[in-house]
Amino acid sequence: MDTSPLPKPNFLIETKRLSKSFGDRPAVDQVDLRVGAGEIFGLIGPNGAGKSTLIKMLTTLLPPTSGDAFIAGFDLRRQSRDVRAAIGYVPQLVSADGALTGYENLLLSARLYLIPRLEQAARIKEALEMTGLTEAADRLAQHYSGGMLRRLEIAQSTLHRPRLLVMDEPTVGLDPVARDMVWDHVRDLRARLGTTILLTTHVMQEVDALCDKVGILHRGKLVESGTPAELKASIGPKATLDDVFAAVAGKEADASGDYRDIRQTRRSAVNG
Amino acid sequence: MADPIDSLMGFATQAYAVADAEVRKLRHDPSELLTRAIQPAIWLVLFGEVMAQVRGLTTDNGRYLDFLAPGILAQSVLFAAIFYGIAAIWERDLGVLHRYMVSPAPRSALVIGKAVSSAVRRLSQAAMVYLLALLLGISVDLDPIHLAAAIGMIALGSGLFSTFSLIIACIVRTRERFMGIGQVLTMPIFFASNAIYPIDIMPRWLKVVSLANPLTYEVDALRALMLVGNTSRYGLAADFIMLAAIAAVMIVIAARIYPRLTM
Repeated sequence: MDTSPLPKPNFLIETKRLSKSFGDRPAVDQVDLRVGAGEIFGLIGPNGAGKSTLIKMLTTLLPPTSGDAFIAGFDLRRQSRDVRAAIGYVPQLVSADGALTGYENLLLSARLYLIPRLEQAARIKEALEMTGLTEAADRLAQHYSGGMLRRLEIAQSTLHRPRLLVMDEPTVGLDPVARDMVWDHVRDLRARLGTTILLTTHVMQEVDALCDKVGILHRGKLVESGTPAELKASIGPKATLDDVFAAVAGKEADASGDYRDIRQTRRSAVNG
Repeated sequence: MADPIDSLMGFATQAYAVADAEVRKLRHDPSELLTRAIQPAIWLVLFGEVMAQVRGLTTDNGRYLDFLAPGILAQSVLFAAIFYGIAAIWERDLGVLHRYMVSPAPRSALVIGKAVSSAVRRLSQAAMVYLLALLLGISVDLDPIHLAAAIGMIALGSGLFSTFSLIIACIVRTRERFMGIGQVLTMPIFFASNAIYPIDIMPRWLKVVSLANPLTYEVDALRALMLVGNTSRYGLAADFIMLAAIAAVMIVIAARIYPRLTM
């Protein structure tokens, strides 16, 4: 397998001037993002800042207009199949199939990721136990609660033990108990398997609770990147992440974001 | 990756994964099969019985209802398959499609899996039409070899039209637009074919259109396979090759543009 040109192997994500424009409008503008192996990296920014577009590019759903990216050592443009095999993705929308049972959803993923037949049963069993869904395995996913669905989706996305897990607003619409369970599960994944995690969020509490590093996206540009402590210190001694966010996004924080964005966020919230 | 047999097995597994998931959904909720049986019943009983009175429609040997049954079988498959794209758009809107698209499965494996699952749905529907035809006293050919060949033709036709529908879905991208287009597409495909009347009575230009219409070849094959003592006009091999070739082209195109849905 040809894996040249390899980036520094200690970065699971390394983008170089990665850009995406829709017509004249740059949605992601020359982003240089680096996510180290084993990190939990939070991507924040106001609606319409380009988070979703960036995530879509990193997960190979959307081809970049210009720039390069290397995911787990694979070239995003030329080795997209290898990239897809190396990552797991939990979209913001509900991606588990409600018309299938939890078990069937996992079986589908096991087959799509070509997990060897002999290992499938054990992996699915383990995933169900890890996510506390063993009891519910034979129920249709459409009868699951929001928190159960999220956990099922994470299980589906990590069945093949990806080196990188990408999650788009993983806890939107969840109640605090369900949210804590998702957080615990994410920490556990990193601890057990060393999975690197990139997530987007609007909840600063989530960044504080989970993330080692945080990047702030604004108008398509990555304007800040560092540990939460670093970013807070750059504002002032008692600053919170909300202050950091407000300093970057400023007054426009609520002025952007399109209908589609809002519709999707709301729907996820309703489904949760 | 390097081993071609491994790659092929992997491809088959991934296509099977998609098809199996769809069949499981159908097992969880089989009500679609019953509702899908209503439309062909209406065509055969209402339209068929009346049109059978029209002189000139009856072909070489026998009753119009016999002539009509394979046409209605193909039509019911077409009508269901042509709206398959709606399901693809719906899956995109839900988020389920994203899960397929970020997996390492080749897009062609996803498209073939979807085509096979559509074929399975349509075959259970075809079984209902066969049953209906028996009830109406049509001389249905139950020879196992002919039945197997009919199953193959129905599966092929259904895979072809559902993949065509998927292509349209990738182009129009929203359910609203698809509904409009779907209606516009079904009627010409249906009427510019030999499904409900013989091609011989068509004006010349329409004959040409009909001969370019894959539905014509599906119906032609089904007339030979479904009815006792009927032969196909273009030859079963020609029918099969036409359908298989068009289906292959559809799959290649769909595999290329399927990712546009989640962009």
